[in-house]
Amino acid sequence: MNAADAMSPGLGSALAGMIKRDLLLAWKRPGDILNPLFFFAMVCTLFPLAVGPSVEQLEFAGPGVLWVAALLSMLLSLNSLFLSDFEDGSLEQLLVSPQPLVVLALGKTVAYWLTSGLPLVLLSPALAITFRMPADTIGVLMTTLALGTISLSLLGSIGAALTVGLHRGTALLSLLILPLAMPVLIFGARTVSLAAAGDVFSTGIYALAAYAVGALTLAPYATAAALRISNE
Amino acid sequence: MTAKLSASDLTLIRGERCLFTGVGFALDPGQLMLLEGANGSGKTSLMRGIVGMLDFEEGEVRWQGEPIRSHRQPFFDAMVWMGHRVGFKADLTVAENLRFEQSLRRSRTTDLDAVLERLEIGRLKSLPLRSLSAGQQRRVALARMLMADAELWLMDEPFTNLDREGRKLVETLVTEHLRRNGMCVMAAHQDVSIDAPIERVLLQ
Amino acid sequence: MWTWFHKLASPPHFYALADKLIPWLSVPGYLLIAYGVYAGLFIAPEDYQQGDAFRIIYVHVPSAYLSMLAYMIMAIAGGIGLIWRMKLAHAVAASCAPLGASFTFLALATGSIWGRPMWGTWWEWGDPRLTSELILLFLYFGYMALRGAIDDTAKADKASAVLALVGAVNVPIIHFSVEWWSSLHQGPTLIKEGGPAIDPGMLYPLLAMIFGFSLVFGGMLLRRVRTEVLRRESRTRWVKDMMLQSQEG
Repeated sequence: MNAADAMSPGLGSALAGMIKRDLLLAWKRPGDILNPLFFFAMVCTLFPLAVGPSVEQLEFAGPGVLWVAALLSMLLSLNSLFLSDFEDGSLEQLLVSPQPLVVLALGKTVAYWLTSGLPLVLLSPALAITFRMPADTIGVLMTTLALGTISLSLLGSIGAALTVGLHRGTALLSLLILPLAMPVLIFGARTVSLAAAGDVFSTGIYALAAYAVGALTLAPYATAAALRISNE
Repeated sequence: MTAKLSASDLTLIRGERCLFTGVGFALDPGQLMLLEGANGSGKTSLMRGIVGMLDFEEGEVRWQGEPIRSHRQPFFDAMVWMGHRVGFKADLTVAENLRFEQSLRRSRTTDLDAVLERLEIGRLKSLPLRSLSAGQQRRVALARMLMADAELWLMDEPFTNLDREGRKLVETLVTEHLRRNGMCVMAAHQDVSIDAPIERVLLQ
Repeated sequence: MWTWFHKLASPPHFYALADKLIPWLSVPGYLLIAYGVYAGLFIAPEDYQQGDAFRIIYVHVPSAYLSMLAYMIMAIAGGIGLIWRMKLAHAVAASCAPLGASFTFLALATGSIWGRPMWGTWWEWGDPRLTSELILLFLYFGYMALRGAIDDTAKADKASAVLALVGAVNVPIIHFSVEWWSSLHQGPTLIKEGGPAIDPGMLYPLLAMIFGFSLVFGGMLLRRVRTEVLRRESRTRWVKDMMLQSQEG
């Protein structure tokens, strides 16, 4: 045994390993990434069909519709965040690994955002155009969605960890997460509306950024605690 | 002189039922601890309690004299766990799964091929885990233990799904591990032939 | 100090203590409410804008106040239970949730009734307080649903404690976000901050109601916790002894 082998892998190696593993898993099952995206696109289609094709109405409702659709689409994939790890025993292995569970939970959440939040951000301009959103507003939309989906992923990971292994997981998860997610929705959707109307919208961006930073700091600890409890 | 892994007066309650009370043990390097008892006697729960997945109602488990509850990291650094389920991803290949393990814990060896050869699953290296039989998946779980540089092996029913040859392999590997001054805690409902000092804990 | 803490945490001791405390909370509480109701309905002068309609604040404000207080108690009790493994604290949190949800509902209902003559509608999205209160009700629902979904009591205690703590961190953020959201369009608000000083004739009944509601809430909470403790400890010696004694006596 040489000296290099005697060292435990550091936090960085654990974090990178966790992210890499989950990305690899997502790569092998592309449907899990694509289905929420199709859902996002379809919910956005429902609104014009339901309220009529009037341009004025669509311009007005656009930011709200896109944001609600993004939120629901995130919820759709959230339930599976820890489910397969729970079922195949990987979660047990993570719980007793020499690495802090907080780091592993953060790694899983980062990978989750990369495979669910980021694709939504990238797809959103295409849908925004159908709502007649001007180009500079689309920039604001993508910024708010990027910040907002980070917060939603972190918040959602707590809920997913609390409900993993329970029956009626998805419905319960929505009930837990939606009220907590309302500030994100409010700041996200209203900021885009303000930008569309040509008003000052920086407050909302700052609030979203602050929320994302706060969630990044605190949420992994709650997720780790919840995972230990759920695995009992 | 306290033993390396010790516990006294453990009581575990699940729901309304008291699974066991007053259980204690002391284990030192080179020793095997065998948890025995009928189905439902709480063997698995005791194992899960030792690694901190369950809370004991009373009593505590100590590693090098420190309670595990408050000193998780040194304990987890020195142990590796083999549960009922394999704990690997079915979609990933054997090699991918084991490489992820290596990014988490200290390895005794980085020679993946040698480990897999030893377990006679070398040719399965780049197959996804889902295409392996249950017995072969058990052997991949054993690979995790062989690769990890861990003093303490915790094995919950390691013989499940293994054929006669596989059982023999587990016994040989555990014996070798104990000879290296390792320690092993094993829950098993059949007798094992391992030539080492054995501490038996019988759960009623 | 610590012996006192441990004594309080022991279920039989708590049970006996709660027995003595409940009347000391409930009786003054109901007396204060009786005074508050009478003074609020008959002594307090009419509001120069709202007329008699304002009198519903004597129920609305204490309910809204208790709805938030109950959530804080729930989160703090959950945190204590999680950190110090104090089972009594979990029993407090479990008992608090339905009470908090009830007061939240009462605050929403009275707010809505108040809104009818004021705004001419049962529900006004523009009012940030009512909207926050509605989200708070959803938080309570989530908490109770999570508790209901987990069969093992110890596990349900811990999981819901984590949720309550996450919720408690979010409650001020929700409030702030809803304030910001409604400030964007000038909607009608019921209570203007920094408005004219309130008439003492209106204020004293309100204070009496707030204290009265709080005391009665304390009494109800203790009563619920007592039942919860009995249920959880039903297989222990002291509960059996006590039941035998009460049968003989």
